[in-house]
Amino acid sequence: MAMFLLRRLGLMVLTLWILSLIVFFAGQILPGDPGRAILGPFAAKSAVQALDHKLGVDQPLLTRYLDWLGGLLHGNFGTSYAYQSAVEPFVRAALINSVKLALLAFVIVVPLGIIGGVIAALYAGRAIDRIISVTGLSLAAMPEFVTGIVLIVIFGVELKVLPVTASAGAGAGDLQQFRHLILPAIPLVLILFGYIARMARAGTIESLNSDYARTAILKGLPRTTVIRRHVLRNSLLPTITVIATQTGYLIGGLVVVETLFNYQGIGNLIFKAAQAKDFAMLEAGVLVIGVVYVLATLAADLLLIALNPRLRVGGSDD
Amino acid sequence: MTDVTADAGGAAPLGPLGPAGGTVAVAAPTQRMAPARWSLLLRRPTFIVGGIIILFWIVCAIFGKSFAPFNPLAQNLLSNNTGPSASHWFGTDQLGRDVLSRVIVGARTILVVTPLATILGTVLGTALGLVMGYFGGWVDLIVGRIIEAVLALPFVIIAFLFIVAVGSSTGSLIVIIGFVFTPLIARTVRATVLSERHLDYLSSARLLGENSFRVMFGEILPNIMPAILVEFTVRLGYAVFAVATLSFLGFGVQPPTPDWGSDIAANYSGLLAGYWWQVLFPALAIASLVTAVNLITDSIEQVLNA
Repeated sequence: MAMFLLRRLGLMVLTLWILSLIVFFAGQILPGDPGRAILGPFAAKSAVQALDHKLGVDQPLLTRYLDWLGGLLHGNFGTSYAYQSAVEPFVRAALINSVKLALLAFVIVVPLGIIGGVIAALYAGRAIDRIISVTGLSLAAMPEFVTGIVLIVIFGVELKVLPVTASAGAGAGDLQQFRHLILPAIPLVLILFGYIARMARAGTIESLNSDYARTAILKGLPRTTVIRRHVLRNSLLPTITVIATQTGYLIGGLVVVETLFNYQGIGNLIFKAAQAKDFAMLEAGVLVIGVVYVLATLAADLLLIALNPRLRVGGSDD
Repeated sequence: MTDVTADAGGAAPLGPLGPAGGTVAVAAPTQRMAPARWSLLLRRPTFIVGGIIILFWIVCAIFGKSFAPFNPLAQNLLSNNTGPSASHWFGTDQLGRDVLSRVIVGARTILVVTPLATILGTVLGTALGLVMGYFGGWVDLIVGRIIEAVLALPFVIIAFLFIVAVGSSTGSLIVIIGFVFTPLIARTVRATVLSERHLDYLSSARLLGENSFRVMFGEILPNIMPAILVEFTVRLGYAVFAVATLSFLGFGVQPPTPDWGSDIAANYSGLLAGYWWQVLFPALAIASLVTAVNLITDSIEQVLNA
């Protein structure tokens, strides 16, 4: 077990390191000169060079990578070229905003997906199962901005019941802000519903067909008790993993949703940084997302081990 | 052992790409696609419906210009932002261009980019997956690490990291989506190869003195073709998603070329002013294409698993 954990952590560090390499060097091949981008096309060449020197972008690549990595390890994410100030507060604020939106989406989709999947499994092969499965899969493949636009047309433009921008503006109360987040959360919910329902359905069907479920039914327990006490406990394991691994995906979806609803989250931050060629901001944002994803995957693994005693013994994952 | 990528593939079936991630690995049967199965496919209503929708858009992509009611580029500022009417079924956009004509002609980009990107990703991913699965060992370990690191980033972000780097055009969209798909497809192919590796026909091939290259591409590849086919169709659905999303974010075709995603982005401000037809119809066009591809994927999977 300890060995497994150590190895898992070691591989995680390795993954993060490779990630930092990818992010840094991808950031470096972005065309354009940061000094020129900040000062504009009419600035004097010498001023651009001076700014480049001040920003350190004229140093050799390896030096810059090591500086950047060293800074990261000390919690210094670098300086935004566009804002001329530390990146960290921007990233932190954006991350908090995104977490709010993502949490709302999760709080809605997790129970919905599990209930949908379990119902589909209990009526497997019947009409209601087909409806849940097919709807879930089709919605899962629909780009967020497509569902987002349909929702905006219905609820924002025609019915006028929900605000179509995600930020309530300064001074708005929590409740007001919450109202503004409902519409942006739904496209994320629609995308995730299909997977969670699918996993919950597969897990439930498997444990419904298991020996222990049959034994429980044969010994005369009521169907609801069998489902609640024997089936669900086992069927929800894979579902939990799916939920945790969807975190990374969710953040990708945030780029689109946050752009569509004009919300100051991490997705929007990365998008704008890429447009402005703001390397430091882009790298920090992308790296934060990578870290969140890797941690979420680790959490999923640990949760799975904690919930499933069979996995505690082996220690090997293949 | 080297199997943490398999762990990622198994325990994280959806991956950062969300849709359809590794679910294919589960549904990767190693039987051949016999001709009889194709006729089974033609009897499935889902396949027929999906096929008709796709065929419709293919016709639009190729001949759209000749039967679109208006020139999709023709501006008419005197009748801009008009709602759906008898002369403009889908209304006009902010420059007075006919939305219906733009939807019809706009099918072209997405229908060209999507299959080409998917083919590129499938070819590269299959080659990489074969090498990883067949050789195993340190090759597998190193490539597996890199794949996992790439997959730790949401695809949109990797895609536009590179699009900003190489510039946005139809060509770069194809290459980038192809590259993003490569590790995903490699992971599935690798898992399938591992399940074949200990089968008798491979030991016989090796005993006969075939070299690694021939064993990989001459023996294993034909046997895992059905799994690759399923993976291809699943990725095709996701490529529609990807192309639409990237063009919506402004990383696809540049205006004034009609394109569903970029037309939505261009007219999005109009939506808040109440001109819903400018964005709803291109959005529904994307939705219909996504649904059609998924109907076909679903029927192929059903037939292969039957």
